[in-house]
Amino acid sequence: MSKKSDENPRIGVFICHCGSNIGGLIDCKKLAEYSGTLPEVVYSEDNVYTCSETGLNAIKKAIKDYNLNRVVVASCTPRTHEPLFRECIAEVGLNEYLFNFVNIRDQCTWVHMKDAEGAYKKARDLVKMGAARAAKLEPLDKVSVQIQPVALIIGGGVAGMSAALNLNNQGYETHLIEKEDQLGGRLTSLHTLFPSNIDASELLANFVNKIQLAKNLTIYISAKLRKIDGFVGNYSVEIDKAGEIIKLMVGIIIVAVGASLFIPKHMLGYDGKKRITQQELEVILKNNDLNTNNIVMIQCVGARNEERSYCSSVCCMTALKNAIFISNKNPGAHITILFRDLYTPGTKYEAMYRKARELGILFIRYTEKKELKVEENEVRVFNEYLGEEIIVPYDLLVLSTPLIANEDNKALARLLKVPLESNDFFLEAHVKLRPNDFATDGIFIGGAAKWPVDITEAITQGYAAASRASTILSHDVIEVEGTTSYLPEWNKNLCSGCEVCIKVCPYKAIIKNEHDEIEIIQALCKGCGVCGATCSKQAIEIKHFTNEQILSEIYACGGRDVY
Amino acid sequence: MSFEPRILGFLCNWCSYAGADLAGVSRIQYPPNMRVIRVMCSGRVDPQFIFEALQQGLDGVYVMGCHIGDCHYLEGNHEAIKKFNMVIKFLSIVNLENRVRLDWVSASEGVRFSELVSEFIQDIKNIGPSPLRRDCPDKRLMEKLKAIERAAASDRIRALVGRERKITEQENVYGEKVSQEIYDELLNTAIHDEYIRSRILILLEKEPKSVKDIAAEIEIDPNKVLENILVLKGRAQVDMSEIVDITPIYVRT
Repeated sequence: MSKKSDENPRIGVFICHCGSNIGGLIDCKKLAEYSGTLPEVVYSEDNVYTCSETGLNAIKKAIKDYNLNRVVVASCTPRTHEPLFRECIAEVGLNEYLFNFVNIRDQCTWVHMKDAEGAYKKARDLVKMGAARAAKLEPLDKVSVQIQPVALIIGGGVAGMSAALNLNNQGYETHLIEKEDQLGGRLTSLHTLFPSNIDASELLANFVNKIQLAKNLTIYISAKLRKIDGFVGNYSVEIDKAGEIIKLMVGIIIVAVGASLFIPKHMLGYDGKKRITQQELEVILKNNDLNTNNIVMIQCVGARNEERSYCSSVCCMTALKNAIFISNKNPGAHITILFRDLYTPGTKYEAMYRKARELGILFIRYTEKKELKVEENEVRVFNEYLGEEIIVPYDLLVLSTPLIANEDNKALARLLKVPLESNDFFLEAHVKLRPNDFATDGIFIGGAAKWPVDITEAITQGYAAASRASTILSHDVIEVEGTTSYLPEWNKNLCSGCEVCIKVCPYKAIIKNEHDEIEIIQALCKGCGVCGATCSKQAIEIKHFTNEQILSEIYACGGRDVY
Repeated sequence: MSFEPRILGFLCNWCSYAGADLAGVSRIQYPPNMRVIRVMCSGRVDPQFIFEALQQGLDGVYVMGCHIGDCHYLEGNHEAIKKFNMVIKFLSIVNLENRVRLDWVSASEGVRFSELVSEFIQDIKNIGPSPLRRDCPDKRLMEKLKAIERAAASDRIRALVGRERKITEQENVYGEKVSQEIYDELLNTAIHDEYIRSRILILLEKEPKSVKDIAAEIEIDPNKVLENILVLKGRAQVDMSEIVDITPIYVRT
């Protein structure tokens, strides 16, 4: 339990230039000098990169040299860099909660680029508020949590199977749920795989074989997540397996639900027979049923438009793969690919494009402005290079449509309390720093659930998510945030027993104990602070977000002495 | 020089703060008038914070949380709405209700964040500077706002708002469900009463006064003042100190 520290605050403020991201717009030196004039700030400096080795060493040195007991860093965002700086000050013996972050990049210089003066003033106020809060910070202890060494993977596609096998190989009890009646996900509908041309069914059989041989790996098909409670290391989940309810305790959860294919209903004459999707073509190829000579493929159907602005990333390669396959099998076939832009990144994919050109596959560029006209037996396309409309005859028209977010993503996101991005794909904690984590501890993501990926990438991400998950599963006990709510000893006499806190707590973390006193169960509390804001006597405190701390920021922002 | 509003924003860590960061990562530009305080949940924003911010002379206060249904803490934003409604009701007494706003921004809505903030800044520009701004605050208004803050912090109001969802959406301890209309009436009455009582208490804290003097100062019917004085007496918050001629003088206990 924390107690009011009686030492006087000695604050150090570090202003980060972030290269030119911050320093390019505002005068960081001046800001550091200003910081030095703030109450209880005994040291301030500016650094080119405070998060670099040099910057971190500067913080450590200043803590020792100036006997600092609070540290403020003004730089990017706490959502990515707070853990780093906390760790830094902890290394030299300061309690990590005696650190305060001020966001002057993501929420200042990056968004006020045309108003350097306004940005400086804002940064100055934010630093002032940050230092005021820092002065009120209290050291806290983290809460220890036991870890159930059990993994739950949602989604039995290639990413989910990769993650499950990986964790299982590391020795963890693993459970995998798949909503369809068989494993494989999108792999089940594919014919061959680029760039190696191996059979999709071969890869799938390989996976399924390993899964069947694995011990301690349980598969639930036709199953969905029904309910989830708990926190990192201790999620209690309920699985609905075709009506049968299965209860599990798991330590981590990996979301690998993949994506769905966009069906181009009412677009470009799509009928599923003569005008089909690439996926339907794969089925034809799989069954060795193709008997047409004139094939036209249209790329970006329903993609990279206003409704779906993203690139689905797999369609160019799918078209190339299928075109090459057909051409190899039937050298007399005429294949034309109508594309807007062709994306063939990396060494192997670009080679496939060259191969397709060598085989005589025709590539014609079209643009969104001059729409394609699909008629019964021909496509009219405005050729940008010739500057005129040309007619391409077809027997089979293949539409390359994007992968889209699953319809049930919303429901699952709500259940897991994790965010979706604007296309309803799952949103990771940070695109670069935490690409396979959710912001919620103990829940991870991999594969096409995040955005469309090919099989290779799905496998890689399945492994990545598993590897991230094992950083938790490999511990018996981990420490979680100590920023919970509590009823301080000195406020106990304030409590009138009205119990509104019990009513508003979403986690049932507040109870009335046998002494008829309010008791807050630390491990269950997630620190939202609603009880504190509701408490009819304002007796409940929220650690690290105390009324005193927040009010100090308000007063620093307002700049008027408190009446 | 044109008026540049000073605005304070309370952003929840999981959605709106992340949305604000995304605006940055995407380099979406908006005016720099808002200063942000990060809280874990919009439901953490104690009404007191808003009243204090306005007393600081800030021109506007923006509270932002996750969209309904997406709250990281399940239903913290539902609680935020209830608290915010109470704040609005109180601020309407002094015509400051249009200086505070509550909105939802998800972690992926960088554009929405910048648009909402720009809009709020513009709206506040149109309303003009706060009558409580630092250099020349309207003293009478400040007194009223202080009374509001105190009234909103009373057990009666806080417990009523804390129970709102329970009693309007579920049932009270007697197994009765209260309709939203009846609840609003209850809350309106409580707000009205507690506001007057707070004003009386603040006056009496300065010096003992008669009912007539109090009524003149806060510009309400003396009978109403007496009614409330009696309630406050019952709560042991005021007492009669002396009788001058035939007029009782009341004092804060």
